[in-house]
Amino acid sequence: MPKKTIKTIRVDVDKCNGCRSCEVICSAFHAEPKYSSSNPARSRIRVIREPYSDMYVPVYAGEYTPAECAGRDKYTIDGKEYEECAFCRASCPSRPEFKEPDSGLPLKCDMCEGEDEPLCVKWCITDALIYEEREEEVDEEVEQEEMEIGLEALTSKYGLQQIKAVLSRMSEKE
Amino acid sequence: MRYAETGFNLEIDLTRGNIERVATDPKDTELYLGGLGTNAKIMWDRVPPEVDAFSPENLLIFSAGLLCGTPAIGCNRTIVTTISPQTKLMHFSMMGGFWAPELKHAGFDKVILRGKSPDLVYIWINNDKVEIRDASHLKGKGSNETAQLIMKELNEPKAQVAAIGLAGENRVFFASIEQGRSSASRGGIGAVMGDKGVKAIVVRGTSDIHVAQPAEFLEQCNEVMEYIKFREDHPIPGVIPILSVLGSPQEMMIHDEKWHTENFSWGNSRTRRRDYWTDEIAAEWMETLDSARTRMVSCYNCPLKCGATLNMPGLPTYMMKCFTKLTYTMAAMSNLDFGLTIAQKATEYGVDGYSAPQVMAFALELLENGILTEADFEGMPEKSEDRFFWMLDRIVRREGIGDVLANGTHWAAKEIGHGAEEYAHNNIKKHEQLPLKLGMLNPIYFLMYCTGEKINITQIEGQFPQAPFPKREHREKFVKDWFQVPDDKFKQYFLDWEPRGENSMPYYPTVEMTCEIVDWMEKMHYIDDALGMCAGLSSFHLKAPYHIHNYPKFISFGVGIEMDEEKLTQAVKRYRTLVRANNIRRGMRRKDEKPPEDHWKKRIPELEKELLDTYYAFKGWNNEGIPTLESLKELGLGYVAEDFINRGILTDA
Repeated sequence: MPKKTIKTIRVDVDKCNGCRSCEVICSAFHAEPKYSSSNPARSRIRVIREPYSDMYVPVYAGEYTPAECAGRDKYTIDGKEYEECAFCRASCPSRPEFKEPDSGLPLKCDMCEGEDEPLCVKWCITDALIYEEREEEVDEEVEQEEMEIGLEALTSKYGLQQIKAVLSRMSEKE
Repeated sequence: MRYAETGFNLEIDLTRGNIERVATDPKDTELYLGGLGTNAKIMWDRVPPEVDAFSPENLLIFSAGLLCGTPAIGCNRTIVTTISPQTKLMHFSMMGGFWAPELKHAGFDKVILRGKSPDLVYIWINNDKVEIRDASHLKGKGSNETAQLIMKELNEPKAQVAAIGLAGENRVFFASIEQGRSSASRGGIGAVMGDKGVKAIVVRGTSDIHVAQPAEFLEQCNEVMEYIKFREDHPIPGVIPILSVLGSPQEMMIHDEKWHTENFSWGNSRTRRRDYWTDEIAAEWMETLDSARTRMVSCYNCPLKCGATLNMPGLPTYMMKCFTKLTYTMAAMSNLDFGLTIAQKATEYGVDGYSAPQVMAFALELLENGILTEADFEGMPEKSEDRFFWMLDRIVRREGIGDVLANGTHWAAKEIGHGAEEYAHNNIKKHEQLPLKLGMLNPIYFLMYCTGEKINITQIEGQFPQAPFPKREHREKFVKDWFQVPDDKFKQYFLDWEPRGENSMPYYPTVEMTCEIVDWMEKMHYIDDALGMCAGLSSFHLKAPYHIHNYPKFISFGVGIEMDEEKLTQAVKRYRTLVRANNIRRGMRRKDEKPPEDHWKKRIPELEKELLDTYYAFKGWNNEGIPTLESLKELGLGYVAEDFINRGILTDA
């Protein structure tokens, strides 16, 4: 079976010391020119922290969502009550996290493209953040099904003959 | 364009409720760097000696260090400067935490308060929107309690709060300014904040801080991070645990308190308990700390975990670092459980963890010796622990005897009279010190105690080992990778330093060597205090990540000022001299520069005189400790020279 690489950051909230170095270096890396400025408010990772309740959750930015979710539940872990949002990676209308402070445009983690590992991980020497790459097998049958759905849509739009002609032209080029 | 700094101060006149954003002169940055350096200049320009701590004209300056808000690791300190009600000198007390970088991101380098607010207020700095807000509902609230209430009322969980407790409101001379896991405690600066009617300063900032040469600056930061990791894996052998690893003394981490409990004095800095640390006590204390401590916590952008989140049964969560762990315990001759319990209350009240326990132990000594009477303590419980809670409550409210004690041991003793001054025995320049009572005069520490204007030993010492290593081979090993020395001669001084014999204390290091060593140590602290760097990654440590060789690069690449070791040394000398000039103008002289009489059992007056004479000359000060006209002019401090002449402090010969 073919494989694809998934890049991820494993977060150990028990090890987080709340220093926000991850925010500092993230914002510096993504500054233009690189490292020319720092500003945690632009960071693509945030430590959601409530020091007086001993809560520290580093979260890195995921997808943008135009609408807030219906959830917003509460979870009690080790006697501490966390908002569901504390673990959510979305750039979402319900909160200021993961938005450019001046434009409001959404921010998303890119794993510090071009670096060996995301810099938040490199600067987290307490190991609350660990970079992991894992291979995931890709199910070919599912892929085929997805391809068929796509082709069907194209066929209904352009007709089967047209599609065949395009395909044969593409095969000749190869 | 300004790099590393914002180029703006926030000036607030509390009497009139006026708020101004004032551009600063980039030339001052070159001359005095920032933080303590530029604070000293502002104090010199605007707070003449006629101004008391509690005059409206006294300033209370909250300054971020020059490099705060940049990615420089561990650079997060707020330097608070004002006239101390206790010492009546220019005091600079500092705190780590998260406040200073937040202020920079809000667009300000300093907040300068003047005047007095008629009602209790707090200041809300939300980027460039600044408000003075009513704080009458926060009157009497604890410092942590205040921070949480304000964050809730503003709906700003990311705001950083520096607040005073009841002690500050009631102008207790050792009131602190608290900021969650950090506090600016020494010198009663919290009393000045209370006197100005300011309960808290709240900051939130979301703008960029730029550096001049980004790639070069970051390379320096990465080197520091690598060296921190190296030091984590290679603790320094042969020194006590808190000196072997980086950070503010790792009191929250370590369990072994044999050294502190047996070498420091208990009660009112009186009793050495040489066999105190038994297995049973070690086990009991470990249990106490382990069950209280839920997490080790850091300051902004620092991987060192010097603080702890503590939960004592039935009490609100609080945070602590460093030696406050032991001060209450030892003053009350009690145990760690008591120490951590009363410290929670003391943090909410906002009192200095060095002075407060000592003041209470001093009061009990006066009672035992009949100088104070039962009538002064009417209603006080019997048990030592309960007495400390009882006294603390009275001090922060200034009730009864508490009103006298709230002025610290020096002023309380003066007021009480009947020989009480003998019991205020552990002060330097009217300020309570660590409870250390030792045997033989130590020339290095003698000079630091005498001349340190922070008036707090841990903020002066650090770069040179406290004691010689027993064997030459240990010393040879130590100096091998000791690249932090400004000059290789310091390695030789250390190599030749023996525990016994000809090359031992008190006559070795020689007077000249001692001057050089003390000057180097002090210089590193002054650099930290201008840049906002934590001494725990720098001046407090042997083999620190920050040192005289990489600091000029941090300043050049960060701020965009041409800097080398010589120019940096000269800048430090300039603002260090200016700190002294402020205090000389307030009457400080040689007579004030002395350690507590009983600090060492064996004193050597002739040697002490020689040390002070030589060091004064080395620093460019005359025999009274006053910077000479010549040295002032050489440092570009002609305006100080002129003022000294006008005031008759120096004569233009």
